[in-house]
Amino acid sequence: MTAIHQVSPVDASGTDDDVVAVPLRRPWRWVGAVAVLVLAGAFAASVATNPNLDFDAIGAFLVDPRILEGVGLTLLITFISMVVSTFLAIVIAAMRLSSNPVLSSVAWFYVWAFRGTPLLVQIVLWGYLGLLYDRITIGVPFTDIVFWSVDTNVLISAFTAGLLALTLNQAAYSSEIVRAGMMSVDEGQREAATSLGMSPLYTFRRVLLPQAMRVIIPPMGNETISMLKNTSLLSVIAVLELYTQASVISSQNLKQVELLIVASLWYLLMTSLLSIPQYYLERRFGRGASRTLPATPMQRLRRAIASRRPAPDPAPVTKEVGVV
Amino acid sequence: MTITAPADAVERAVARPLVEIRRVRKSFGAHQVLRDISLDAPEGTVTVLLGPSGSGKSTLLRCINHLETIDGGRIMVDGELIGYRQTGHTTHEMTPRQIARQRRGIGMVFQRFNLFPHMTALENVTEAPTGVAGVPAAAAKARGLDLLDRVGLADFARHYPAQLSGGQQQRVAIARALAMSPKLMLFDEPTSALDPELVGDVLDVMRELARDGMTMIVVTHEIGFARGVADQVVFMDGGVVVESGDAAAVIDAPRRQRTRNFLESVR
Ligand SMILES: Nc1ncnc2c1ncn2[C@@H]1O[C@H](COP(=O)(O)OP(=O)(O)OP(=O)(O)O)[C@@H](O)[C@H]1O
Ligand SMILES: [Mg+2]
Repeated sequence: MTAIHQVSPVDASGTDDDVVAVPLRRPWRWVGAVAVLVLAGAFAASVATNPNLDFDAIGAFLVDPRILEGVGLTLLITFISMVVSTFLAIVIAAMRLSSNPVLSSVAWFYVWAFRGTPLLVQIVLWGYLGLLYDRITIGVPFTDIVFWSVDTNVLISAFTAGLLALTLNQAAYSSEIVRAGMMSVDEGQREAATSLGMSPLYTFRRVLLPQAMRVIIPPMGNETISMLKNTSLLSVIAVLELYTQASVISSQNLKQVELLIVASLWYLLMTSLLSIPQYYLERRFGRGASRTLPATPMQRLRRAIASRRPAPDPAPVTKEVGVV
Repeated sequence: MTITAPADAVERAVARPLVEIRRVRKSFGAHQVLRDISLDAPEGTVTVLLGPSGSGKSTLLRCINHLETIDGGRIMVDGELIGYRQTGHTTHEMTPRQIARQRRGIGMVFQRFNLFPHMTALENVTEAPTGVAGVPAAAAKARGLDLLDRVGLADFARHYPAQLSGGQQQRVAIARALAMSPKLMLFDEPTSALDPELVGDVLDVMRELARDGMTMIVVTHEIGFARGVADQVVFMDGGVVVESGDAAAVIDAPRRQRTRNFLESVR
C-alpha cells in the first residue's frame, strides 16, 4: 500500500479516497451584494449632497445644551420608570400567582386595564389628573381623618405625570414577564428549599428569583429599549425630554429634519449602550445554567475571525464525563 | 376496619422512637391516599418503606416534614408535634416560620435531586447553614467541604449541578441535607432516577450514614439495600400499612399475600 494518509481498514478498497471537495459556487450572492451596495451608495450620496440638509446644524445641535438636557431627562425617566416598575411587577406577579383569589383577580384586573389601553392615552390621562381630583389626600378612607393633603397640580407636575404613566404601564407588561419567569422554575426547587428550613421569603429571594432572572432578563432588555423610546411620547404633556427639546428647537429655527436626525442619533446611541448591561446581567444569572457561559464580546470577535480562516481539524470527540 | 402497624414492631424497639406516626389520614380531594397510618421509627434505625406505585409512600414521607398537611392523626419527631400545636382535642397549623424551624432538623433527599442549579456544589451545601441557621461563612464552608469529602466529591466543590452526573448530584443533595445536622433523614426513591451503574455510589453513602447511627426513613425499590441495611421494613398498599417488621422477616418470609405479590414483581 502506498497511501500517504492513514487509511482505515474499512476504506482500504484501493480507490483514491483523497478527493478535493469544491464548495458550490454561488454567483447570485455576489450579484445581490453588488446591487444592494450600489443602491445604498446612491442613497448615501443623495443625502450627503442634498443642499436642503444642513450638516453643520446637525453637528452643532448634537451637543447643544438643550439637547443634552433632554438626553439626561430621557435617561432619568427611563431609569426611574424601569426600576420602580420592576419592583411593582414583582409584587403584581406574586399577587397573580398567589392562591388568594382577591389578590390574584386584582392583579389580573391591573394587567388587563393597563395593557389594554394605549400608552399615549394613559399619559394624557395622567396629565389631566388635576381635572379629576383637585386635591390628593392621605388619610383614613371613608372618614374625615386627614394626615396630609395637597393640590393635585402642585404634586403632579408634567414630569411626575409622565413618570407615573410610563411606570404603571410598564409594570403591567413586566409583571407578565416576571410571572413567566417564576413559572419556569421547577416546583422541586421550592420543595428542596422548604425542606432545608428556608422561609417562603428566603426561598423566593435566594432560590426562585435568581433562576427566574435567567428567563426574565432578555425580554426585560427589550422592554428597557422600548421604554427609552416611549419617553418621546411624553412630548404630548410637554415633559422636556429629548424629543420635546428637539421639537421645541425646530419650531424656532425650522430645521425639523436636522433635529429629528439629531434626536435619532442620540436614541440610537443610547439603545446601543443599553445592550451592554443586559449582556453582563445575562452572564451573571446564567451561572450554572449551561455547561459554558455565553462568550464575552472579545471571545466572540476572536471566534468570528477564526471562522473566516479555513477550518482546523475537527476537535476530537470527547466523551462527556463528570470530570469537567 | 383499618390495619395499623403490628404491635411487635413497636415493642421490639430498643431505643425510644424518634418518629411516631399515629393514625395519620390524608386525602387529595375525594381520593384518600393515607388511611390511618401508624408506625414508629426508633432512634438510630433505618426504616424502609415498600409499596406499589400510588400507595402513598411519598405522601407519607412529605407529611413527616409537613410538605403536605395531614387531615387527621399526628406525627411526632423527637417528641415534637410536626406542623401543628395541640390544644385539647384539636391541632392548629403553625406559621410558616415555625414550620421552617422544625424542618431544619429533618433532611430530605428527592428522587430528582433538586439541587439549586445556579449554585456550585459547595454553595448548595452551605446555603441553608449560612442563610437560615446563622452559621458563619467560614465555618459553613469548612463543614461543607468536609461533607462533600464524606460523599466522595471533595474535588467537585466548585462544579455546578449541570456539570455533575446524576449519582454525583444525588450525593451532593445528601451532603446538602446533612449540612443542617438533621436528626432524621428522609429519602424518596433516591436512586430511581439514576443509571444502574451510578446507584451503588449513592447506596454506599446511605449505608455509611446508617452505620454512623443516622435515623433514616427510606422509600426505595432496592430490595437488596432493604435487606442489608434496614432494621425495619414497612409494606404499604392502598394507604394502609399491610405488613411491617424485621427486614429479613418481611422480605424473605412475608405473611401476607399482597406483600408476596409485590416482592415477586420487583425481584
Ligand atoms: N398533590 C397531589 N394532588 C393530588 N393527588 C396527589 C398529589 N400527590 C399525590 N397524589 C396522589 O396520591 C396517590 C399517592 O401518591 P404518592 O406519590 O404518595 O405514591 P407513591 O407511593 O409515592 O408512588 P410512587 O411509587 O409511584 O412514587 C397517587 O394516586 C397520587 O396520584
Ligand atoms: Mg413516590
